[in-house]
Amino acid sequence: MTRTLWDSSVGKKTIMAVSGLIMLGYLVVHMLGNLKIFFGPDEFNHYAHWLRTIGEPFLHYEWALWIIRVVLVAAVVLHAVCAYQLSRRDLRARPTAYVHRKARSSYATRTMRYGGIILALFIVWHILDLTTGTVHTGGFQSGHPYQNVLDTFSTWYGNVIYIVAVIAVGLHVQHGFWSAAQTLGVGSATRDRVLKSLANVLAVVLTAGFVSVPVAVMTGVVS
Amino acid sequence: MSDYTNYRTGDPVADAKAPSGPVAERWDTRRFEAKLVNPANRRKHTVIVVGTGLAGGSAGATLAEQGYHVVQFCFQDSPRRAHSVAAQGGINAAKNYRNDGDSVHRLFYDTVKGGDFRARESNVHRLAQISVEIIDQCVAQGVPFAREYGGLLDNRSFGGVQVSRTFYARGQTGQQLLLGAYQALSRQIAAGNVELHARTEMLDLIVVDGKARGIVARDLVTGKTDTYFADAVVLASGGYGNVFYLSTNAMNSNATAIWRAHRRGAWFANPCFTQIHPTCIPRTGDHQSKLTLMSESLRNDGRIWVPKAKGDDRPANRIPEDERDYYLERIYPAFGNLVPRDIASRAAKNVCDEGRGVGPGGQGVYLDFADAIARMGRRAVEEKYGNLFDMYARITAEDPYETPMRIYPAVHYTMGGLWVDYDLQTTIPGLFAIGEANFSDHGANRLGASALMQGLADGYFVLPSTINDYLARNPHTEEIDAGHPAVTEAVAETEDRLNLLLAVDGDRTPDSFHREIGELMWEFCGMARTEEGLRRALDRIPQIREEFWRRIKVPGKGEQFNQSLEKANRVVDYLELAELMCLDALHRAESCGGHFREESQTPDGEAARRDEEFSYAAAWEFSATGDAPVLHKEDLVFEYVHPTQRSYA
Amino acid sequence: MKLTLRVWRQQNAEAPGAMATYEVDGISQDMSFLEMLDTLNEELILSGDEPVAFDHDCREGICGACSLVINGDAHGPERTTTCQLHMRSFDDGDTIDIEPWRASAFPVVKDLVVDRSSFDRIIQAGGYISAPTGTAPDAHATPVPKPDADSAFEHAECIGCGACVAACPNGSAMLFTSAKVNHLGVLPQGAPERETRVLDMVATMDDEGFGGCTLTGECATACPKGIPLPSITAMNKEWLRATRKVHR
Repeated sequence: MTRTLWDSSVGKKTIMAVSGLIMLGYLVVHMLGNLKIFFGPDEFNHYAHWLRTIGEPFLHYEWALWIIRVVLVAAVVLHAVCAYQLSRRDLRARPTAYVHRKARSSYATRTMRYGGIILALFIVWHILDLTTGTVHTGGFQSGHPYQNVLDTFSTWYGNVIYIVAVIAVGLHVQHGFWSAAQTLGVGSATRDRVLKSLANVLAVVLTAGFVSVPVAVMTGVVS
Repeated sequence: MSDYTNYRTGDPVADAKAPSGPVAERWDTRRFEAKLVNPANRRKHTVIVVGTGLAGGSAGATLAEQGYHVVQFCFQDSPRRAHSVAAQGGINAAKNYRNDGDSVHRLFYDTVKGGDFRARESNVHRLAQISVEIIDQCVAQGVPFAREYGGLLDNRSFGGVQVSRTFYARGQTGQQLLLGAYQALSRQIAAGNVELHARTEMLDLIVVDGKARGIVARDLVTGKTDTYFADAVVLASGGYGNVFYLSTNAMNSNATAIWRAHRRGAWFANPCFTQIHPTCIPRTGDHQSKLTLMSESLRNDGRIWVPKAKGDDRPANRIPEDERDYYLERIYPAFGNLVPRDIASRAAKNVCDEGRGVGPGGQGVYLDFADAIARMGRRAVEEKYGNLFDMYARITAEDPYETPMRIYPAVHYTMGGLWVDYDLQTTIPGLFAIGEANFSDHGANRLGASALMQGLADGYFVLPSTINDYLARNPHTEEIDAGHPAVTEAVAETEDRLNLLLAVDGDRTPDSFHREIGELMWEFCGMARTEEGLRRALDRIPQIREEFWRRIKVPGKGEQFNQSLEKANRVVDYLELAELMCLDALHRAESCGGHFREESQTPDGEAARRDEEFSYAAAWEFSATGDAPVLHKEDLVFEYVHPTQRSYA
Repeated sequence: MKLTLRVWRQQNAEAPGAMATYEVDGISQDMSFLEMLDTLNEELILSGDEPVAFDHDCREGICGACSLVINGDAHGPERTTTCQLHMRSFDDGDTIDIEPWRASAFPVVKDLVVDRSSFDRIIQAGGYISAPTGTAPDAHATPVPKPDADSAFEHAECIGCGACVAACPNGSAMLFTSAKVNHLGVLPQGAPERETRVLDMVATMDDEGFGGCTLTGECATACPKGIPLPSITAMNKEWLRATRKVHR
């Protein structure tokens, strides 16, 4: 069965759908967690600390977080590898473009590939910025995420990179969620409207939720 | 050159393979008497099948299932595109699922009568018997016939019969049946039992020592001609309605396979029996390249009429009820709009000839659904005929829900074809003809929904049983030598012909000649024929042929993809076949079915058969291009259905 | 009407191709698109040029032979086949671009003619019900609920023209393949081969070099027979079901 999945274009799409949904679930939780920033530094920093203690005492400190990280990395890698391989297949399948060009399908559909690349680059930057602090500006303080977030969103490029990426997330989710439902075979003519609405809601809520943080920092609501 | 009309009558021909005895037992008798090929030996036998329509596709699949090695050809890019795909209405079967009095015997009776007593009783009875198995076979293959809410198959009645025995899949029955055969064939291709050559057209038959042993075919992509050998050759290449240029046939349907076989010695029977379908969309101008059929099922609910007054050019909706002539209902009160095709077509021609036709050039009659819409409601009409109405609207840009459709007859089907015996074998041993390519089952007129039945009966059931007998008695052991004089001659003849077509470099296109011969045939050998007209056509055809070989222009080269060359080569054969059709129509000085000779009609204008003189199938033997052929008569014996003047009044 | 046509001309599979420009005059609104091309070809032949090669046969929208991309749309601006497209859909003076189907699984044979035998091979991989002649039970032995029969029919309407592939930016054959998978899968007669059918057909589809599906919906928009996009979803479901049930 694993071979069948990996060898088939439909199987690779299935892997993308499942890994995409895992990431989507993570994003929803992540976004909700981010909103804690509106309750002040103590609550936000405490929340960040709690993340490392999930499952204790059964699990050791940070184990749960590492499990989540491993699952996420696996999801990202599978998603990206499948996307890369499928894209290569798609480009090979249609090597010649039509002379008469025409704008086609929705913006989100067409930007899945570019959006995916933007997101992959963003994830790298995002981790180096706020997890490891490698490229962080203003002195990265481990255990003080509130201040770190403030630092990032105090630079114009920090805001630009983040907001562009969040919009890319929204567009990616809007088509991706509906598309995953089709790939997993849960879509149908009768369910299509529900799925499309759900995809739109998810996209809007995620975008709004994530964007609210830099906007709040820029406008001084969070300081 | 002798006078073409001065033909000689040769020995009569008898269908030696049909057993005697009660008609209902003949098919069983024949199957039992036939020799069989040991299953282990079957793969050593190669059978060539030309064509992948209902007959060819089903035959190829079935022969391969039996274990034969099948080499199959189609000129289309895929076997799924054979023109059977376009049949709309349905397929008859004597299932009597409606409990409305149908039976094998009634289907047999209706078909013999519908064919105006010019078909063989033995063949028709076999067809009626097998009809029942065809439906079973197709359902098992997944053909999505229309069903009722209980999950059982739906039936409808179809042109000219009073029982509901027609199975259908909306207006696409032919497509669905063809896809069933195509899928069965595909399964055999995947299994390696069928070797398919798509985009490859048969251009000649190879006859070695009096037996059909192969074909010459041209790869339409590379343009190369090649030879293929086999122990038997089956022609399932369809009819020759495209002689008329405008017809409901596909653009590439052609007569070359059967005509070349005829030239090699296969007799051609009843070439003048062509069916003119009454419900086609009228032509719109000289650019017209083909005609589109509207399913005959429309006549179940539509009413056909023309204005009572000549030259009445008011729009249809402005003509009051009492100034309309529902002429079919008036002349044939019992059957009304459901009279057989030949009768409906001729009646339309008559009212148009009287100057009461409608639409451009007065070549059309109305098919009106106003009453049906009032009675059943627009929704019900839409459900039943929606796809046909859409097609009509797309082609004509008129809305048939608002204004009546305009229809006119068009050439649709050819009942004539290669003469075959009960085994479907032609006069060349080892050469079989099935489906529309043969002449056997429909007589002088084919009933609606019977062509699909015959194609599948031949392909699934008849040929696969009878060809065993031939192969068992002719177990060819030696391979054909490509250097055999019969082979080199056939190849050289084909290549010379193609080279000549390319070399003439004249000033007329293949289409212009096709159009010219087509218009001549429609005028003189169409819905109504006269001795004078046929003689004029017979004078003219050799002149067109002579002009063709002087003025034809085919650009490009032979060894390449060259659609002009394909076309020109088909026209060569139309120019010969047309002549035989006219001669056959001339010699048959009676009216029967689709063949209406104006000299032979009853006082009220109906077709008058002359059974004492013409109760035979006319099988023509080729002599040389332009030379009078030899006529062989096969007397038709009616033991069960006694010839009467058809009456649908 | 007077029109300017820009047509893809390519001598054969190996030769490079290019757009060539032709003027045609005296075109009637009632002509079909292919009759308009016939007019051009008659002129080309008489002037000693090779006519434009294009596939066509029944010219009534059912054989699936015709296959032109007209102004960037597979089968042109109307939802129908090229042969059923009429010139009344265009205006006097228009410039019309005519190109062949583009997909590496459909290589160009000449001009506007492409090789679609890859579709046949997908069907050969399993697009059938194994019912050798003579083995069938009575047609009424297995009733089929009307909704299932109707659904089977709607999928069986596919004419195999390839517009779905031509329209898809990925050159994917998912809609074509799903039409056959769903036609046969929904019928009780098709049940015994249900799993192997979808697995084998999808594998062959991949092997033939068709692209993957990104659900852009272009295929269903171009389909002259209206095979719906959810057909692909249903096939994905079939495929996953089969993957779980069959161990290879």
